[in-house]
Amino acid sequence: MSWIDICAVTEIAERGARIVKTEVGCIAVFRTGPEEVFAASNTCPHKGGPLSEGIVHGRKVTCPLHNWVFSLETGEAQGADEGRIATYPVRIEAGRVLLDAGAVAAARSAA
Amino acid sequence: MTEKLVVIGAGMASGRMLENLFELAPDAFDVTLFNAEPRGNYNRIMLSPVLSGEKSYEEIVTHDAAWYEQHGVTCRFGERVTAIDRDRKVVIALNGEVPYDKLVLGTGSSAFIIPCPGHDLPGVVAFRDLEDTTAMLEASGAPGSKAVVIGGGLLGLEAAAALRLRGMEVTVLHLAGHLMERQLDESAGYLLQKDLEKRGITVLTRASTKAIQGEGKVEKVVLEDGTVLEADIVVMAVGIRPAVSVAAEAGLEMGRAVKVDAQMRTSDPAIFAVGECVEFEGNLFGLVAPLYDQAKVLAKTLTGEADSFTPKELSTKLKVTGCDLFSAGDFAEGEGREDIVFRDPARGIYKRLVIEGDKLVGAVMYGDTADSNWFFGLIKDGTDVEEMRETLIFGPAFQGGAAVDPMAAVAALPADAEICGCNGVCKGQIVAAIEGGASSLADIKSTTKASASCGTCTGLVEQVMAVMLGDGFEIPAAQNVCGCTDLSHEDVRRLIKAKELKSQPAVWQELGWTTPNGCHVCRPAINFYLLADWPLDYQDDPQSRFVNERNHANIQKDGTYSVMPRMWGGMTDANELRAIADAADKYGAAVKVTGGQRIDLLGVKKEDLPGIWYDLNEAGMVSGHAYSKGLRTVKTCVGSDWCRFGTQDSTGLGIKLEKKLWGSWTPHKVKLAVSGCPRNCAEATCKDVGIICVDSGYQVGVGGAAGMDVKETERLVDVKTEEEAIEWTTAFIQLYRENAKYLDRPYKWVAKVGLDWVKETLADPAERTALNERFEISQSVYRKDPWADHARPEKAKSFQLVADLTQEAAE
Ligand SMILES: Cc1cc2nc3c(=O)[nH]c(=O)nc-3n(C[C@H](O)[C@H](O)[C@H](O)COP(=O)(O)OP(=O)(O)OC[C@H]3O[C@@H](n4cnc5c(N)ncnc54)[C@H](O)[C@@H]3O)c2cc1C
Ligand code: SF4
Ligand code: FES
Repeated sequence: MSWIDICAVTEIAERGARIVKTEVGCIAVFRTGPEEVFAASNTCPHKGGPLSEGIVHGRKVTCPLHNWVFSLETGEAQGADEGRIATYPVRIEAGRVLLDAGAVAAARSAA
Repeated sequence: MTEKLVVIGAGMASGRMLENLFELAPDAFDVTLFNAEPRGNYNRIMLSPVLSGEKSYEEIVTHDAAWYEQHGVTCRFGERVTAIDRDRKVVIALNGEVPYDKLVLGTGSSAFIIPCPGHDLPGVVAFRDLEDTTAMLEASGAPGSKAVVIGGGLLGLEAAAALRLRGMEVTVLHLAGHLMERQLDESAGYLLQKDLEKRGITVLTRASTKAIQGEGKVEKVVLEDGTVLEADIVVMAVGIRPAVSVAAEAGLEMGRAVKVDAQMRTSDPAIFAVGECVEFEGNLFGLVAPLYDQAKVLAKTLTGEADSFTPKELSTKLKVTGCDLFSAGDFAEGEGREDIVFRDPARGIYKRLVIEGDKLVGAVMYGDTADSNWFFGLIKDGTDVEEMRETLIFGPAFQGGAAVDPMAAVAALPADAEICGCNGVCKGQIVAAIEGGASSLADIKSTTKASASCGTCTGLVEQVMAVMLGDGFEIPAAQNVCGCTDLSHEDVRRLIKAKELKSQPAVWQELGWTTPNGCHVCRPAINFYLLADWPLDYQDDPQSRFVNERNHANIQKDGTYSVMPRMWGGMTDANELRAIADAADKYGAAVKVTGGQRIDLLGVKKEDLPGIWYDLNEAGMVSGHAYSKGLRTVKTCVGSDWCRFGTQDSTGLGIKLEKKLWGSWTPHKVKLAVSGCPRNCAEATCKDVGIICVDSGYQVGVGGAAGMDVKETERLVDVKTEEEAIEWTTAFIQLYRENAKYLDRPYKWVAKVGLDWVKETLADPAERTALNERFEISQSVYRKDPWADHARPEKAKSFQLVADLTQEAAE
């Protein structure tokens, strides 16, 4: 694992998201609670909606374009919709958000 | 020969370690104990009761002079150790060196002080030791004195409650959205805040301290938003930092604190550490329970016995008399985890259990913590709770019994059980009413008054009816807001007002939401209801707004945005048009004239939004709110200014209306139009409010639509003057804001409540004035240009990427 410092946790609004540009496209980093973050692809598999702009509730996000809901833990679409977004390891340490660049790179070589 | 043991710091951890050590091997060591504080070991966690007056300092001393003497401890209190010379195996203190064979660091932590201007003024204290406590006690002596406590965590709140008990006026400032956010979820945080407010403590959340001011001593605290609070004392309780400078300078291996192994050994085999100054496997420890475990392990290590330290689950309790709160484990919600939430709003009780698989992993309780130890035990032991899942939340007393059917429970209620709290109606009275012929909820309401006030007991009343009437009564399925609640929009609106709920957590808690923080359907609605009802108290929540409103532009299908400046009443001029043209060039936007007499700039990238807003602001334009559930356009025709048919200045009236109403948030979008004569060139008869100017004055129509439904407006009133037209229009919009369901356009709402009711209400001049006044109060907060606000550098930053890893990879 190679953890890369992305930003301070406080730079992401609680129940909000910010995006990180990577070789595999934009990754959204969601902050679901004061001390909880998730990272997932920013692109909705339905018609490409920017998930970082969706409403975050619990550990889920609702796509702003047509309201598909995704679990941030598994990446699976919820309810009747079918699809999945890629998720990436991310964690908080000493108030900083760290993303696993190794997993991002692996996703790239797999693609 | 006895070994020489030197201990630095007479704190809670080292004190316990010495006790354990003397039990295991009374004579093995010749001990010297240093302490920077001019006293020996005392129970630091009891400083809060000392501050509140519930205990005296003498009562919290854990080791007195006799104890030290009995165990032959050489005490060097009031003497700070300044260095450790590991080569010579000596510690260096103020009054000279002391050699050691073994050394124990128990230096604890020091309080973190926010380095804002004025933080070093006399009267700014931390809450860490007896000196701080004494300083606070002195400040509380003067009658009418005021305290500001910065930090709404465990320590800050204990200090606040104690100072309040001492008679001070106390304000707590907390940076996060709710108190104790590390230990509590929002619902519990809300209850805690309510509890503190009941004690007379003012709590300000999302409050960021900018500066502390005063001549020679503390006088006031200034917040980022400009609020100024008077203060005779300022208590900083924002966090702690391991006190490890001596250890670091001595060259011991460090992380965020002194690194130790499971035997509490540092990187130097002769030096050990316990307490808040240690780091073990990346973890720091700030509560007593694990420190006591460490103390035990270290005592054994020193005497050559085998033992090792393993961190355990921790729980939190607040030592404020009458505030029952408990939290333990991990209570974040999520996939694969199941929440069991129990709320009893009337008694202020909230419990939440988080289950993963067949194990309990977290618990938060407020108001009733009697079973907390039992739950904590289940978490610590990883007990399989599968079998008792149904009744788990009711605690140990309910285990082993059959699962309870709510109907059976209601059937079993005695006749004198209270059903409706507001009106004091018990089950017996409802049963009597039913036996007397009542067969619908409306009958029950009119005969007993049960569920006729706040409505929270409606479900219970219906259950009683179902039990009594059997198949003869079907519990009606009201349209609930979403899956998070059984309540309808109308109920939620009514209850927000009746119960004076002023925050989202208050709504979730008091109205029994079944999810921790709502969903994308209810959150925008609740956010609107709260800001419409409590414009001065409620803090708008951007995270509960749809992307368009959060980003103040319309999201388009490719993820770009469109931006539309206001053109008051459809008027513009050459300078504005030039600025729009320049902006279109600069940001590569397509230009479209819209159906609402405005110019839309399409295809703007998110990161360019602050830039284009700034440019348009510079040219004097503000956001057109073309994206909002709020006032959109006011369409006008050219009216008497230019048109040969025009009877009145329709453009002028349109501009006046738009300038008055802009910025207001409404349940759905609101569009207006003013036409200068019945030829109706502005198409006023299919708007939410449409005004037709006639020779004798103004015809105000409402409830038109030209969307999926097409509907002509209905006449609300005919008035003589422009002022009256504006007054009626505003009153109508405010009535709509206060009553309609979120996402109902005015025509739908009018259809529900009836135009007659609207007319009757607005016909009362006092009512119209009151509605206008309430509208203005709301506008004093919300009539501002969001573009200007978001183009400020601090906010603009959030529109950019937080990081670009493609560049890192290239480097
Ligand atoms: C007001 C208050 C309430 C609390 N309430 C709770 C609670 O309810 N529950 C709970 O679990 N925890 C509570 N805590 C936390 C708990 O008190 C600490 O976790 C615990 O005291 C830490 O023990 P320690 O021995 O590591 O350090 P401390 O008890 O802080 O002792 C360290 C001592 O070392 C001295 N020292 C530091 N550097 C030197 C040096 N160079 N030379 C000589 N001496 C030095 C310091 O002066 C201090 O006296 C509370 C803390 C405070 C301040
Ligand atoms: S509505 Fe009447 S006044 Fe206005 S432009 Fe048309 S004809 Fe002229
Ligand atoms: S693009 Fe996300 S739901 Fe349609």
